[in-house]
Amino acid sequence: MSDESPSSASAADSSPASVRYSPLHSIHEQLGAAFTDFAGWMMPVRYSSDLAEHHAVRTAAGIFDISHMAEIHVRGADAGAYLDFALAGKLSGIALAQAKYSLLLNEAGGIIDDLVTYRLADDHFLVVANAGNRFAAATALAERAKGFDVTVTDESDDYALIAVQGPVSRAILEATAGLSDFATPLDELKYYRETAATFNGTDLIIGRTGYTGEDGFELYIQVDAAAALWAALTVAGSPLGLVPAGLACRDTLRLEAGMPLYGHELSLSTFPVQAGLGRVVALSKEGDFVGRTAIEAGPDAGARVLVGLSAEGRRAGRADYPLFHGDKEVGVITSGALSPTLGHPIAMAYVDPDVSEVGTELHIDVRGSRIAASVVSLPFYKREA
Amino acid sequence: MAEKSELQYTAEHEWVLVDGNVATVGITDFAAGKLGDIVFVDLPKVGDTVTEGKIVGEIESTKSVGELFAPVAGTVVESNDAVADSPELVNSDPFGEGWLVKIEFSELPSMLSLDEYTALTGE
Repeated sequence: MSDESPSSASAADSSPASVRYSPLHSIHEQLGAAFTDFAGWMMPVRYSSDLAEHHAVRTAAGIFDISHMAEIHVRGADAGAYLDFALAGKLSGIALAQAKYSLLLNEAGGIIDDLVTYRLADDHFLVVANAGNRFAAATALAERAKGFDVTVTDESDDYALIAVQGPVSRAILEATAGLSDFATPLDELKYYRETAATFNGTDLIIGRTGYTGEDGFELYIQVDAAAALWAALTVAGSPLGLVPAGLACRDTLRLEAGMPLYGHELSLSTFPVQAGLGRVVALSKEGDFVGRTAIEAGPDAGARVLVGLSAEGRRAGRADYPLFHGDKEVGVITSGALSPTLGHPIAMAYVDPDVSEVGTELHIDVRGSRIAASVVSLPFYKREA
Repeated sequence: MAEKSELQYTAEHEWVLVDGNVATVGITDFAAGKLGDIVFVDLPKVGDTVTEGKIVGEIESTKSVGELFAPVAGTVVESNDAVADSPELVNSDPFGEGWLVKIEFSELPSMLSLDEYTALTGE
């Protein structure tokens, strides 16, 4: 038996030469985790079963170590105006404590990274980038600061990042010993907002954000307090069904939720509009921003667009499998799996625009055999409000 | 479930239990663990002729796809229907209920002992 397609989690696009370990690595080892190389980091891929971890997040909660993510601070009087220039969205327009999903584009309109930005103060933003794009994002953000009264600092090495995701997440945080001093109580914290808090005297930032399609929180804390925070969350969460969850289930969770993964759905050669992210680009904002000219010109006519695919049976199309409409090759899958929640195969794929209508019947070439799949709207899974 | 020490192994992470001229084949716990939760198994049919070292089936997990190689040449005399219906058996009992196929052979190639296989996986 041989593993012909490594997990998408290991498909790092820019790994540094030396392997990095999370500040929580020894905890994962004690928990018996299997590890995978993700963007040069040895991260837990699963602890026991990716399916069990997936279902736990959908029905109770999972705790994820995502310390490999990159934290870049932007401080200064021009912080809002600078981010309006550097990123595709209108970050100056978000309220204090609000978070916003945005894109870092290059001059050609391609995507350097997708990121979440939190407004910590009027003149202070936290930009969270993907691990694999840390240096590309930090470099681009630093270069774009020229001429603005702003300081851009990559502080990724100072932070651990723990995500608690799932319907009982709030109850877990509220029951966690040592978590206190919430600037905004959790029952008043809306989705895509953040609050300052402390854990045994250590400052932390808690965002009501995530990458699973469930309610949940992401906790940014300094490295040396992270292990104690993980332990306290686990103690509070275990009776409520919290389990440690790895990158394998994180990938199937985000896929069900229709969320793009950089390197799969997003790349330097992808225009936001192709990925269904046209709304993320604030063309109406005043002034120039990097990529505006190219975005206004748009991609070539006939450029492929991202769609969802649904199939029957249990055999899933995977990244890079081609798609056919009759005998014509019309697209390629970027992510695919047997959906643990829905019980049938799902995929995201780029297809020619003329076969992108919901309901269009296509075929996936699964290693030589053809499997019928229909175009469906994204996301595949949406939690009940 | 057979004792691991009674089995022979391949570098492709199959295990083989020899009984007379029939080889029962499965994948090791190491391989099952690397794949993650197995959700689909495609096995050869009874009567199929298989060639040593050739791909005869597929094992899919939520995250990836593994190929099953025939460790011996011969004819498939049994295919584990229970695994086709409940692929998770390959994870829960890889050396027992999670067996995959039985192949009738006339000649047995040289395979790895448990010690040799363990040295290969480093576990």
